[in-house]
Amino acid sequence: MRARQQLDTKVRDRTTHVRGVGTSPPRPDAPLKVLGRFAYASDLEIDGMLWGATVRSPHPRARISGIDISQALAIRGVATVLTAEDVPGHRFYGIKVADQPVLATHEVRYVGEPVAIVAADHPETARRAIEAVRVDYEVRAPMTDPEEALSGAGDLIDPGGNVARHVRIRHGDVSSARSRAEVVVRGEYASGVQDPAFLGPEAGLAVPDGSGGVDLYVAAQWIHDDRRQVAAALGLDPSRVRLTLSGVGGAFGGREDLSVHIHACMLALRIGRPVKMTYNREESFVGHVHRHPSRIRVELGARRDGTLVYSKVRLLLDGGAYTSTSRIVIANASYFAAGAYKVDHVEIDGYAVYTNNPPRGAMRGFGAVQACYAIESAMDSLAGELDMDPVELRICNAIQEGDLLPTGQGVDGPTPTRELLEHLRRLPLPSDRLVAGEDLRRLPGGVGNTTHGEAVVRGVGYALGMKAIGFSGGVDDISTARVSVSVAGGRPVAEVYSAASECGQGIVAVQAQIVRTELGIDSVTVRPADTDIGDAGSSAASRQTWMTGGAVEGACHGVRELILERAARRLGRSQGDLVLTPRGIMTPGEGEALLHLADLLCHDTIEHTFVYHHRPTEPIDDVRGQGDAHIAFAYAAHRAVVDVDTELGLVRVVELATAQDVGKAMNPQAVEGQIEGGSAQGLGLALLEEVQVEDGFVKNASFTDYLIPTILDMPPMDVRLFEFPHPDSPYGLNGVGEPPTLSSTPAIVNALRDATGLDLPRVPVRPTDLIASLHGDGSPGG
Amino acid sequence: MLIEVTVNGRRRTAENVWAGESLLYVLRERLGLRGSKDACEQGECGSCSVYLDGDLVCACLVSAGQADGAEVVTVEGLADGESLHPIQQAYVSEGAVQCGFCTPGLILATHCLLEANSDPSDDEIREALAGNLCRCTGYEKIVSAVRLAAMETAVG
Repeated sequence: MRARQQLDTKVRDRTTHVRGVGTSPPRPDAPLKVLGRFAYASDLEIDGMLWGATVRSPHPRARISGIDISQALAIRGVATVLTAEDVPGHRFYGIKVADQPVLATHEVRYVGEPVAIVAADHPETARRAIEAVRVDYEVRAPMTDPEEALSGAGDLIDPGGNVARHVRIRHGDVSSARSRAEVVVRGEYASGVQDPAFLGPEAGLAVPDGSGGVDLYVAAQWIHDDRRQVAAALGLDPSRVRLTLSGVGGAFGGREDLSVHIHACMLALRIGRPVKMTYNREESFVGHVHRHPSRIRVELGARRDGTLVYSKVRLLLDGGAYTSTSRIVIANASYFAAGAYKVDHVEIDGYAVYTNNPPRGAMRGFGAVQACYAIESAMDSLAGELDMDPVELRICNAIQEGDLLPTGQGVDGPTPTRELLEHLRRLPLPSDRLVAGEDLRRLPGGVGNTTHGEAVVRGVGYALGMKAIGFSGGVDDISTARVSVSVAGGRPVAEVYSAASECGQGIVAVQAQIVRTELGIDSVTVRPADTDIGDAGSSAASRQTWMTGGAVEGACHGVRELILERAARRLGRSQGDLVLTPRGIMTPGEGEALLHLADLLCHDTIEHTFVYHHRPTEPIDDVRGQGDAHIAFAYAAHRAVVDVDTELGLVRVVELATAQDVGKAMNPQAVEGQIEGGSAQGLGLALLEEVQVEDGFVKNASFTDYLIPTILDMPPMDVRLFEFPHPDSPYGLNGVGEPPTLSSTPAIVNALRDATGLDLPRVPVRPTDLIASLHGDGSPGG
Repeated sequence: MLIEVTVNGRRRTAENVWAGESLLYVLRERLGLRGSKDACEQGECGSCSVYLDGDLVCACLVSAGQADGAEVVTVEGLADGESLHPIQQAYVSEGAVQCGFCTPGLILATHCLLEANSDPSDDEIREALAGNLCRCTGYEKIVSAVRLAAMETAVG
C-alpha cells in the first residue's frame, strides 16, 4: 500500500499520453533497422580511413623476449605497427582494476591477448601484416585449473596472488543449525563458459581531431567510463577524448570492457588519419569477456516438513587472466547463493581466481545466473529427498518482504515469489500425448528423423530466481539527462540528451515515452549519446530504465516547472493553479486551454538537466559479509516442459513459461522482448552454449561450433508480467533484463532431471549426459 | 578484377576487386550497401542474406567473382522509397527488432518464405528461419511478425 500511495502523489501531473509510459509505441530506431540503414559501429566509414588489426598471443602463458615489426612495416599499404612501448599514457587499463596491458609488455597471460596493432589500407593487408609481426615467446606451462589456482600450490598468475576476491558471508550459525536438520542434501554443480555472442562484432572508428585529441565512435555499454580508461591510456585529458555511441549490435555485458577503443585511438593519433577496427567472429570470441565458468558446492539442511534450516555454499569462479569485473561478479554470485529463500543460518564462501584462461567478466545475470542454477538444482534434489513437490518446497521457503538476506539486509519492495510460482503451477500443461504422425519438428531431433516418439520421455521443471537491480555495495551510481522543449512548425517538440547506451533493449523508446507522459508533448527526439552529455552510467545490472528513466523524469519535472512559472507570469495567475496538459496550459477541471505551449514558448527553448541518484547503499564487511548493499530486488520464475530422447540424448523444449514482477511495464512489448530473449540465453546455457577451452585454448570460436539457440530450439513462450509497483523507482518500475536469464536455465535442467531421473550436475547438458545407459549409477561424469 | 553486378535493379561496377573478396565485402565496402550485416563470415548466422539470381544466399559465402553479371537484391531493395515493405512494417509493429543486427537477414528470409508459402504454419515459419540467428528476441516476436506479414501480404 505504501508503494501505491507514494505513486499516487507523484502521478498527479502526469498525462495519459497514447504513446506514453505503459504503452508500446514502435521504437524510433526500428524503421532504420528494418531498412538496413541503421549505422552500427561496423558500418562506419569516413574518407581516408585505414583499417586496424590486432596481433594476439598464440600462447596461454609466455614471456615475450622480443618483437620484430620490420617485416610487417615493409608490406605495401601498412601505415604503422605499434607495440607496448608506443602506449602514450598508462600501459594498463581495466573497468574496475587497471591490470590489463593495453598491449602486452614482458608476458602474455592468455591466448588472444593483444601484443601489437597495425593500420593498413585494406583489411586484408592489415591481416597479412599482423601475421608478419614476429614475436619471440618463451612458452611457459599455463595454469588453467581454478582449483589449483585456489589451492595456492601453483605459480602466481597475478603478482597479488591468484585469488581475485574471497567473499565471506556468515549469517546465523550453521554449525549449531546442522544438528537441527532432519534431511541434508549435498551437491556440486558446474557451469561451462557462456559467450555473450552479440551479433554485431566489436567495432569502432577513431578520428584524430587535428589538435592532439580524438573522436571515437564505438559500440559500448558505458561511454563515460570507457572514456576514462581510453584517456588514461592515451595520456590525454578526458576533455580531449570524445566518445559517441554508434549502433550497438547487442551487448549482454560483453561490451562492459574495452575492446578496440584504445587501439583504434592509438593508431589514429600516431598516423594522423581515421582508423576503423572491426573484429571478425573468431577474434570476437577472445575480444570480449565470457560468463565465468563455475563450480558450486551446495549443502542444504531442512526439517521433514521442508522448512530450510541452513544453507552452506562454496562458489568457485574462474576469472581467467585479468580482473575485469570478477570481484563484483563473485560478490553478486555470493549474495544470492542461498537463492530466493528464507534461511536463518547461512555460510557462503565465494572465490574468483586468476588462471591462464581468457578473461571472464560481465554477462547478463552477472554471477547470479551460476548461483541460481546451483541452488535451484539443490532445491529439486532436496524435494526429491523429502518426497515433496518441488513447487511446494519452494513456496513454503520463498523469501518474503521483511525477511533477512544472508547479508543481513531486510528484503524490501514487492516480493511476490509465491505469486510467481503459484501462477506457473496453475498454468495448464501442454498435451503430452504424441499423436500418430506427429510433425517431426515437434520431436527431439526434429527433421533429423531420429525418433517418431520411441524412447521419448517428458519432464516438467520449475525454478525461481532473485537478483539485485542496479549497482550494489556502496556505489553512488548516477544518470544524467537533459530535456529541452521548443517549437518547430508551430508545435511544441522535445529533445532528450542522454548518454544512455541503446544496446537493443529499447531505452530510446522509453525515454521518449516518459517525456510524452510528463509533458504531454507528442514529438520527442532522443539525441545520439555522446560524452559531451553528462554521464548516464552503464546499460548493465538491469539499471538503465530505472536510472535514466529517473533522470528523464526529473528533467521533465524541471522543464514543467519552468513552463508553468513562465505561464503564471504571462497569465497573471498563481503557478499552483496551473497544469501542463497535451492541449496546453490549463487550470485543473477547466475544459479550455488558457495558453498553448507553442504560444508561450515562441522562439525560446526551455531546458533542464537532472542527475538521478538511487538510495544510498553500503559495502558488505569483510568478516561476515553483512551490509545493506542493495538498491532493489527483482524476481522471476520459469516452468519448462521438455521431451528427451533417452537413447540419443536429444532434447526438445516443448514449452517455456515464465512469470516476472516488472514493477511497471514501461513498454510492455519491449519488456516481453527482454524476457523472451533473456529466457533464450538461459536455454542456451542449459542445452547448447559452451566456449570449450582446453589448456587455455578456445576450441570453438565460431558460430559453427558455438551454438546459440535458433528459432527451432526455442519453444513458444508463455510470458506473464506482474506489476507490483516498486516504492523507490520512477513509475514503480523494476529492472527486467537479467532476471529471466537466471531461472530459465535451472527450470530446463530440472525438467530434464524430472524426465530422466539423472543428476545432471553440469550445464550445458550434453547429449551424452542424458543417455541413461551410459550412466549406470545415475551420475553422469562432469 | 572488375565486377559488374545488378543490385536492387541498378547496374553497379566495382573496380580493383581482390580475388579473395566476398560478395558481402563488395556490397558493404565497395558499393556502400551496409544493410547486409557481417556477423560470422561462415554462413551460419544469416545476417548477410541476399537474393542472388533469385536464390536466398549468404553473401559472405559467395565470392565476388561468382556474383559477376548476377542480379542481387539486398534489404535496401525491398522498400518502396520511404514506405516500408509490409514485412518490414510487421517487424516494426510486432517488436521483432531489438539490436536489429539480425533483422535485415531475417526480413529477406521471411520474404523468401512468403514468396513460396503465403500462409505458413508456425512450424513452417520456424523451419524457414532456422538459418538466421537472433541473440536478442528469443524469436517469439519474430514468429508474430511473420504471421502478421503473411496476413498483410495476403490482404494486400
